[in-house]
Amino acid sequence: MSTDTVAATASAHTENTADAPVLEVTDLAVTFPGLNGNPDVHAVRGVSYTVRRGEVLGIVGESGSGKSVSSMASMGLLPEHARITGSVRLHGEEILGLDDRAMARKRGRVISMVFQDPLSGLTPVYTVGDQLAEAVLIHDPKTSKAGARARAVELLDLVGIPNAQHRYRSFPHEFSGGMRQRVMIAMAMANRPDVIICDEPTTALDVTIQAQILDLLRTARRETGAAIVMITHDLGVVAGFVDRVLVMYAGRPVETGGVDDIYYRSRMPYTMGLLGAVPRMDLEHQGALVPIKGTPPSLSDLPPGCPFAPRCPIARPECDMAEPELLAIGSQPSEEEIRARGTEAGAARTDGGDTGTQRVACIRSGEIADRGWTAQDIYPVPEIPESSFSDVPREDRPEMLRVTDLIKHHPLMKGAVLKRRVGTVYAVDGIDFDSREGETLALVGESGCGKSSTLMEIMGLEKPQRGSVSVMGRDTAGLGRADRFRLRRDMQIVFQDPMSSLDPRMTVFDIIAEPLRTHGTATADTTRRVYELIDLVGLNTEHATRFPAEFSGGQRQRIGIARALALEPKLLVLDEPVSALDVSIQAGVVNLLQELQARLGLAYLFVAHDLSVVRHIADRVAVMYLGRIVEIGDTASVYARPAHPYTQALLSAIPLPDPERERARTHIVLDGDLPSPADPPSGCSFRTRCQKFITLSEPDREQCMSVEPRVTATSGGDQAAACHFAER
Amino acid sequence: MSTTEESTAPVQAPTVPPAPNRLKDIARQLLGTPRVIVGLALLVLLAAFAFAGPLLTAWDVGGRDFSAMLEGPSPEHWMGTNRTGQDIFTQATAGLQKSLLIGLLVAVISTGVAAAVGAFAGYFGGVTDKGLMWIADLALVLPNFVILAILSRHFVGQGGWLILVILLAAFSWMVTSKMVRGLTISLREREYIHAARFMGVPSYRIILRHILPNMSSLLIADATIMVSAAIIGETALSYFGLGVQSPDISLGMVIAEGSSFATTAPWVFAFPTALLVVMVLAVNMVGDGLRDVLDPYSKSRRS
Repeated sequence: MSTDTVAATASAHTENTADAPVLEVTDLAVTFPGLNGNPDVHAVRGVSYTVRRGEVLGIVGESGSGKSVSSMASMGLLPEHARITGSVRLHGEEILGLDDRAMARKRGRVISMVFQDPLSGLTPVYTVGDQLAEAVLIHDPKTSKAGARARAVELLDLVGIPNAQHRYRSFPHEFSGGMRQRVMIAMAMANRPDVIICDEPTTALDVTIQAQILDLLRTARRETGAAIVMITHDLGVVAGFVDRVLVMYAGRPVETGGVDDIYYRSRMPYTMGLLGAVPRMDLEHQGALVPIKGTPPSLSDLPPGCPFAPRCPIARPECDMAEPELLAIGSQPSEEEIRARGTEAGAARTDGGDTGTQRVACIRSGEIADRGWTAQDIYPVPEIPESSFSDVPREDRPEMLRVTDLIKHHPLMKGAVLKRRVGTVYAVDGIDFDSREGETLALVGESGCGKSSTLMEIMGLEKPQRGSVSVMGRDTAGLGRADRFRLRRDMQIVFQDPMSSLDPRMTVFDIIAEPLRTHGTATADTTRRVYELIDLVGLNTEHATRFPAEFSGGQRQRIGIARALALEPKLLVLDEPVSALDVSIQAGVVNLLQELQARLGLAYLFVAHDLSVVRHIADRVAVMYLGRIVEIGDTASVYARPAHPYTQALLSAIPLPDPERERARTHIVLDGDLPSPADPPSGCSFRTRCQKFITLSEPDREQCMSVEPRVTATSGGDQAAACHFAER
Repeated sequence: MSTTEESTAPVQAPTVPPAPNRLKDIARQLLGTPRVIVGLALLVLLAAFAFAGPLLTAWDVGGRDFSAMLEGPSPEHWMGTNRTGQDIFTQATAGLQKSLLIGLLVAVISTGVAAAVGAFAGYFGGVTDKGLMWIADLALVLPNFVILAILSRHFVGQGGWLILVILLAAFSWMVTSKMVRGLTISLREREYIHAARFMGVPSYRIILRHILPNMSSLLIADATIMVSAAIIGETALSYFGLGVQSPDISLGMVIAEGSSFATTAPWVFAFPTALLVVMVLAVNMVGDGLRDVLDPYSKSRRS
């Protein structure tokens, strides 16, 4: 890597600005005026923070908490009609209200941003290198074209694009998502800015790529010495990376402090709930997750008091009187004072900037600190009944699903009139697994590994291209139309995206009634059953006549679950059921799934990319890579002793929401991207990225390259891995 | 029963609430929208007017008043007369009869065919798609005016206008069906369609219950436009003496006849045109209202 020059100049940069804050945001408020008589949306209501050189501030919050809007406001990127008040100072200079031209000179050079979606961040019609060179040229017109080009290559190299000289001339569509995000980061670093704002930079990426990007951001901070503002909803991502954390809720910071204070000594019920709602990969028995009931308030119609009070388990009447200020623990006014002041006393915002100590916007924070409460103490944790199957050995339970040597290949065609086959996408390439009654089998893997294709093959109940699928002992190859229809009663699916899995034109009642009507249930029974299901998944009777658009993501996912349960299936297929939901909502849905399984004895086939959720919910886990299963076994042993190098890397790539452990861990960062499923490597398909392959001797490597490993048992038990050199 | 989140929820009353009825709901909402009421009222009035109008005047549909040619409105001729002394009011209201029927029927048939062909082609793909789209392409490239002209000659006489309706519809569904097909292809991959399929819902029901309702905005817009398009198309045919044949008369014929006098004798043109405009407006109002009621995202529904 040719990073020396960058490092040298960056360090020179660092010295002259000692401890003065680089970016100071004070009392920032953003309001979007409502159109057509709609109420105004108060997206951000008084955010203050400062960041110094080399410091990383994490802004954490759920969707709609105003975290992105506040950073867009500091970049001056909000639309004209937004009303912004407060102050944003960059090196002491006020930049709020600067005109676009003056702002454009700052952007990229002093303050730059990495966006969430790497797919839309680059112009598709220019080469990646030219776009980077343009970023250099625009702020430094004196640079020669050749100089800018050289710098662009250097930057590409720095962010780990292999063969940078050559890839300079690639167009964005030739890059994978992870590589495009690297280019975006390179662009943000191009002019050695003093502040880099990262708006959910890894949300759209797979875990192994996320680990690469986080690594790269650490490099970026080291190389440029810039202050980084890291916006995320994932408490794991920030734990090991940031110095300080600001937790936002309903457009306001509700807690701020050092990363250890927030993670270990949170004094705000919201933060405590968020931390309790995260499924932990590192804990053996976590018990039920802590769900935060309800949904965030509408930003156009906020309650007068604490915005979290309606969802807070320890709310007092005083909480509804005035919005609490962000104050140090113990310095909140007492309840008597609040009552005396009444509602009109509105929070006099006296906080004089960021002091660096932990501050909380909760009137009971002092009490929480004194009593040392944790999330489990203040939130009612639901009891999840023990499954009646847990004492029956696995082998004795009836088999719900068996997949043997299943393949799904898509032909790649070329030519308009005379189509000819030019290749094959090996979406699913010979997988075997089985699932028993009352058991949860999880299929995990990165995007493009064939998880969803497998599900579609199973749900289709058609004869597969090769191999066999048998559901409840019946092979799908020999099914007639009527048999297939009957079998559908026993297996249902819950989809990933709660937006698109419910027909927007149907009422909730009709949606849940559809499977019943299809299978010929009498009208009276249908009605009774639908209301029963609505109640079962925790919705209210009056919800029946509403449309999906009127519900939040979590509620919609509950409707999807109710629909899937309508016919009392024995096997429920869950296609990433919680990945589109916020953490606090996700916890509720995960708990619901576990409760339903225990109560109804369902078997789950759970597809996910989030290994923490899988650890929490699954009994067995199968790890997929490029259409094959590379490791399968019971969850406890796979997580404790991963045998396949890919499983090891996956597990290691997941950030833990525990700062101390996270800092102590060493991540296995895989190189490169997932190879194309149209052209998988010979032999072991993982060898191109394998961390173990590099350490092997020449003849051993030869074996990896030529012989395709079979899934073989590793530790005698249930665990099996497809690696010639699996850990035993 | 308790659930994880709302364990404190009151125990459900033993009586099961009745199932909501979507059709009743839609009807109730439709009738609660002023626009729809006005539109429907206008349509009813127009229909009444069309059938009662010719009886109200002393003049026959074909009758001529040789004493008043191209005269302005007067007590005898409420809306004046045309070049040959025919009473405009009688002519226009009688023409409205046929035009109302032609416009509405063509719109319904053509949009229905377009929806069915497009949705089936898009949903099933493969051979079905190829076959249906081949037919659509064929219908597009055929010189439909010529075919209409030839065929309409054959069906002159009683009920000839019904054949005309079918012919007009037969040559106007193709473009919409292609749009419907495109939309269907994108809707087909939605998860709720997968969900319905995995439930065992038969394909035709998926198309009727999930795909077509989700493009109702397009279909309604298409149908409302088609009403005026059909009337104008019929006019064009009539202009060449091929559409509605006398003694039948259509609004289009009256307008076509009066259009050359639009500046010199505006009454000849104004009254029938006003009838056409009111009619299209009424259809639009009903269509708009229907679209809003069916669309759960529309603003007016949730206000």
